[in-house]
Amino acid sequence: MNIVVLVKRVPDTNAKIVVTNERVDLSSVKWVISPYDEFAIEMALRHRESNGGEVVALTLGDAQSDKVLKDAKAIGVDKLVRIWNDNWNYLDSVGIQSALAQTITELGAQVVYCGKSAADTGAASTGPGLAEKLGWPNISNAVETEFGDKLLVTAPVSGNPAKLEVGLPAVITCDKGPYKVRKPNVKGIMMAKKATVEVKEASIPEQTVKLESHSYPPQKPAGKQFHGSESVQNVVQLLRDEANVI
Amino acid sequence: MSESIVIAEMNDGKVSATTAELVSAALAYGSTPTLVIPCTTPSVADGEGYEGVTQVIACVASVFSSFDAAGWAEALDELTSEGSIFVSASPHSRDLAARLAARKGIPVVQDVIRIENGKFTSPVYSGKANQTVSVTGDAAISIRSNIFQGASPATMTCNVVDKSGQVSVAIKEMLNRANERLDVSEANIIISGGRGMGNPSNFSHLEEIADVLGAAVGASRAAVDTWDEIPHSMQVGQTGKTVNPNLYIAVGISGAIQHLAGMRSSKYIVAINKDAEAPIFQHADYGIVATWEEALPELSTHLQAMLG
Repeated sequence: MNIVVLVKRVPDTNAKIVVTNERVDLSSVKWVISPYDEFAIEMALRHRESNGGEVVALTLGDAQSDKVLKDAKAIGVDKLVRIWNDNWNYLDSVGIQSALAQTITELGAQVVYCGKSAADTGAASTGPGLAEKLGWPNISNAVETEFGDKLLVTAPVSGNPAKLEVGLPAVITCDKGPYKVRKPNVKGIMMAKKATVEVKEASIPEQTVKLESHSYPPQKPAGKQFHGSESVQNVVQLLRDEANVI
Repeated sequence: MSESIVIAEMNDGKVSATTAELVSAALAYGSTPTLVIPCTTPSVADGEGYEGVTQVIACVASVFSSFDAAGWAEALDELTSEGSIFVSASPHSRDLAARLAARKGIPVVQDVIRIENGKFTSPVYSGKANQTVSVTGDAAISIRSNIFQGASPATMTCNVVDKSGQVSVAIKEMLNRANERLDVSEANIIISGGRGMGNPSNFSHLEEIADVLGAAVGASRAAVDTWDEIPHSMQVGQTGKTVNPNLYIAVGISGAIQHLAGMRSSKYIVAINKDAEAPIFQHADYGIVATWEEALPELSTHLQAMLG
């Protein structure tokens, strides 16, 4: 079984995001694996343990992204692959998914796991978009998976949890599940230091999305503050008369 | 003016009210929208229409009774052959937007909160910044709800088109929810508790108020991590659910950046906290400095008097 797990390097979710000259300035943030990708790595490793095979951690990014691949190696994946071309800068969904789809086809993957969304864009486009590009089904927001010839995946349907069956190949995007993800151990970290990252190129169509600017979200006007529970009646009245929300 | 497609947001097989907002977004982009209603029976589309919509098409396919985004994209393929596509930024429709875009080789821009001069703005870094992009040619666009003012309804005639798609994901079993209450991702009003609630059994006080308001009960990450009784499905925040209800009531929640990320775009925020310095107050429209033990009984009494 060739299993691919997508990982992405993102600013730590506790990082302060600074905007300078209409661009986010990420020069002093700490970088981590996108949190939901950790659940995807766990699913991929469990799939390997259940069915055998090999787990490839795949990312798209410049050499700075080697660190998150090595973090994945320290947790237990087998191979590390990075896609990059020095001419790339901001890539739209067409570019990202084209590059990933080419590489995943080359790797002969039968299943792809990824986080349900990345902590930077939060768009949740890559999993389903990549699946469409590959002509595969996808299940989004999986919390548990049972591995067999087909996958039995627990994921929400219209907000209610359901067990879903899907044949392979498929793309599964992972939410936080009721299990602990494994963390790097000392041996894993030592092995990861020696691991090599295979860098692949991919060709992408002309980009049609242009990044225009970043900005801070508009500050809300200062709210009203009240003291003591006797003010609750007042607030309830304001919710009706001023805010019109109840 | 370019043409566009608005795909109606469906809820339990009916056209959801948020569809009016999608029409407004398509108009704000300077396009003339066709409204496509995905349904299993054309009567669902009877009487549907909005000011500014050029035509209404009921797209009838059995695949729409499933949730499989791949099947939906296949069935909607021909009706979305030209023009930008507008859908709601619900979990299912974001999948659909991504799949339709990939199918057509056009980009997808998710979670749009503003359209100005043909440019799309979406929150990034969990709402710590906004990102504005421009698109050459068509794109699939998902629109956050509760932001655009909905277009006015208009009665229109509807064309019916039969399509088909293949379902590749089968529902084997619907499971019981850890929590039988309305899910935070579906609620117009949410009341959430944090670790300041002291004890998970005290969430019953939040549930009582939620029942009066028809609200969902949420929780902060601190509460979910601390108490096994509070399931992750209730968690609002960066590693939980992102919500933007009309009203968000935060009780005993200090307002950690990762919680704010999940709820700051709510239309109105009420914070109840005993610590006047809690960061949540900087984001609250109405802040009440009080213990929850004092404030919640009052809240329950006055809401019942008003709504009961």
